[in-house]
Amino acid sequence: MNRVTRAGAALLSLAVAAGLAACSQSEEPGTGEAVTLNYWLWDDNQKASYQQCADEFTKANPNITIKISQSAWNEYWQNLTTQIAAGDAPDVWTNQGSYYPQFVSSGQILDIQPYVTKDGVDLSQYQGGLADLFTKGDQRFGLPKDWDTMALVYNADHLKAQGLDAASLANLTWNPADGGTFEQAIAKATVDEKGRNGLDPAFDKTKVKVFGFLPEWADGSQGQNGWGNLAASNGFTYLDKNPWGTQYKYDDPKLAETIDWFKKLIDKGYSPALDKASTLSRDSLLNAGKGAITFAGSWMINSYLGDGAKLKFAFAPLPAGPQGRKTAINGLSDAIWAGTKHKDEAWQWVKFLGSAQCQNIVGGNGVVFPAIKSASEKALAAHTAKGRDVKVFVDEAAAPGGTFFVPITEHGNEISQTVQDAIQSAILGQASAADALKKANDQVNALFK
Amino acid sequence: MSSTKPRDDRRAAWWFLLPVLVGFAVFYGYPAARGLWYSVTDYTMLNTPSYVGAENYSKLVQDDKFWNALLVTGWYVVLNIGSQTLLALGIATLMHRLTRSVVLRATLLLPWLVPNVTIGLLWMWLLDTNLGFFNQLLHTVGWGPVGFFTDETWAMPTVAGINTWAYTGYTALLLYAGMLQIPQYLYEGASIDGAGEWRMFRRITLPLLRPVLALALVVSLIGSFQIFDTIAVTTKGGPVSATQVIYYFIYLQAFKYFHMGYAAAAAVFLALILGVLTAIQMRLLRASRSDLA
Repeated sequence: MNRVTRAGAALLSLAVAAGLAACSQSEEPGTGEAVTLNYWLWDDNQKASYQQCADEFTKANPNITIKISQSAWNEYWQNLTTQIAAGDAPDVWTNQGSYYPQFVSSGQILDIQPYVTKDGVDLSQYQGGLADLFTKGDQRFGLPKDWDTMALVYNADHLKAQGLDAASLANLTWNPADGGTFEQAIAKATVDEKGRNGLDPAFDKTKVKVFGFLPEWADGSQGQNGWGNLAASNGFTYLDKNPWGTQYKYDDPKLAETIDWFKKLIDKGYSPALDKASTLSRDSLLNAGKGAITFAGSWMINSYLGDGAKLKFAFAPLPAGPQGRKTAINGLSDAIWAGTKHKDEAWQWVKFLGSAQCQNIVGGNGVVFPAIKSASEKALAAHTAKGRDVKVFVDEAAAPGGTFFVPITEHGNEISQTVQDAIQSAILGQASAADALKKANDQVNALFK
Repeated sequence: MSSTKPRDDRRAAWWFLLPVLVGFAVFYGYPAARGLWYSVTDYTMLNTPSYVGAENYSKLVQDDKFWNALLVTGWYVVLNIGSQTLLALGIATLMHRLTRSVVLRATLLLPWLVPNVTIGLLWMWLLDTNLGFFNQLLHTVGWGPVGFFTDETWAMPTVAGINTWAYTGYTALLLYAGMLQIPQYLYEGASIDGAGEWRMFRRITLPLLRPVLALALVVSLIGSFQIFDTIAVTTKGGPVSATQVIYYFIYLQAFKYFHMGYAAAAAVFLALILGVLTAIQMRLLRASRSDLA
């Protein structure tokens, strides 16, 4: 051993000793050492509300600072996956059904059940069923933060001119055979270039000026923005059990019937054909007066009733199908990264996010409906104070048996593309809905083998 | 102290090459090696990759979606390279023989300077079925709306057209630079002999432009195979999978479905195809080098 390496070895042992000392220092429990938690979300409309929550939280826990980062939906999941792969993920992030199973099965999300038990978090304070969405067996991967439901949105002035007021839209019915009063309303709302509506025998379906109904065909495997709600009200269920089912049922004739009904709307000229449809969002078409009615989620409230809307819009309940009125309900949660260095602090933050204190702040800003029922009431009150009638979303969420959860399983994104392609090919007339969905269902179920 | 032995410059040369070599190794060599390795593993970005042999490749050759992606990409390349090269050739000839205005030349490059995502959004609005300017025009002359992005027959030609619009100026400039190398006296002589513009184009411009044309083809062909952003912005691979090109397929597999190993295998396959195509084109390039000698 020459002199240089000996000196190096001495230095190295010194460094190791120093490092050990540093370690033992930070392992002391409850030192109140300053900690910064990284928290990620994607909705820029909600960033301000959560910043308020973070400020409140830091007031109560002066040693913990929350650093909020926001990025748009698509980048959000790519960034998150990359950061997790690199072993440098945010301590806490906002989670959603379609990506989260992947993270659970690869062990990236901390099981918070022990914390929930220890701190006695009241799970019954949340809107029915939301807390169970983020469990697997007896593990729990998040506390619910908010929810959304679906309703019909319509161009109020246009429908009024066609003799349809709010009362006539409050109790629409639907069935896949003749479309019920929902189809009647759509027909009335469709107007050709000579001003004749869809019920007029002289109606010219080749020269439609305003389409009665605008469908959404880029709607994945869930159809949350359209076919899913009607299919559910026709008795369709997506899979054997939710969450974490392994056997999908897209070959159910009740779904094919629903898709066929949508196709009939196109054939009658009440909806734009898919190959002549717009790639722009439905709210831009509604704002341009090209369509009269479509489905809207409660997250769109501010787009339709806010200052940006060019026309007067209003919401109506979804039509009731053979099995009653069914709306998709979806919830978000906050997840803790399994690899975080500050598990206890992250739990404190997640617990605060799931508490009435934070959710009341979020609800008071009237952007989304928080998961805690009393905070939801606050959000409703905030909307009402601004003169916005959005009660329908809350009523639908509260109706017994009136909601269904969109599926949460593995392979979410792949299933989404497969089913969406099948439904598009049926709407384009390349295959019958029954055949296309049967084939897609076989492909989907093969993923679980 | 005269020495017959020439000074050996190789040591110095290596020092000068070092930065490039390091850059190449770090940014190209290493990622390429990693990609090759992933293509024989079951990597999902979140697990520790383990070796699965040729499984990804055997699954790939049986995957209808993959073959569809190759086919669709091929169709795009034919449409895009065909229209782009012809158009660029026409514009370059006009610039060469008609006007040499610098303003015009700069204007031609404008679309090429706009970011691709912006171009995609711009054309998505212009060509929209319900709100787009073009369909309004069609409507006023009595033609029904065309779903440029949503009709299966039109979606790919539309995407190809957009990229042709964006890149023609650049290709035209390359070809124009090539034309400037053709000696002026050839044209003077030909016009004294009574040759018209069309004849001069066919007999002088086109043959002497061949090396530059070949280079422009190599560059734009590889670029054309890598079509992604316009599609990601406008059609997202739809309707059904009419515009799901190979890069979009790889993107879906890697970042949406988390099949990183499978996506790497598809990427290796694509690299092979591009390698073969480039080799063929380089041969063509070399064969035409002596035309102006």
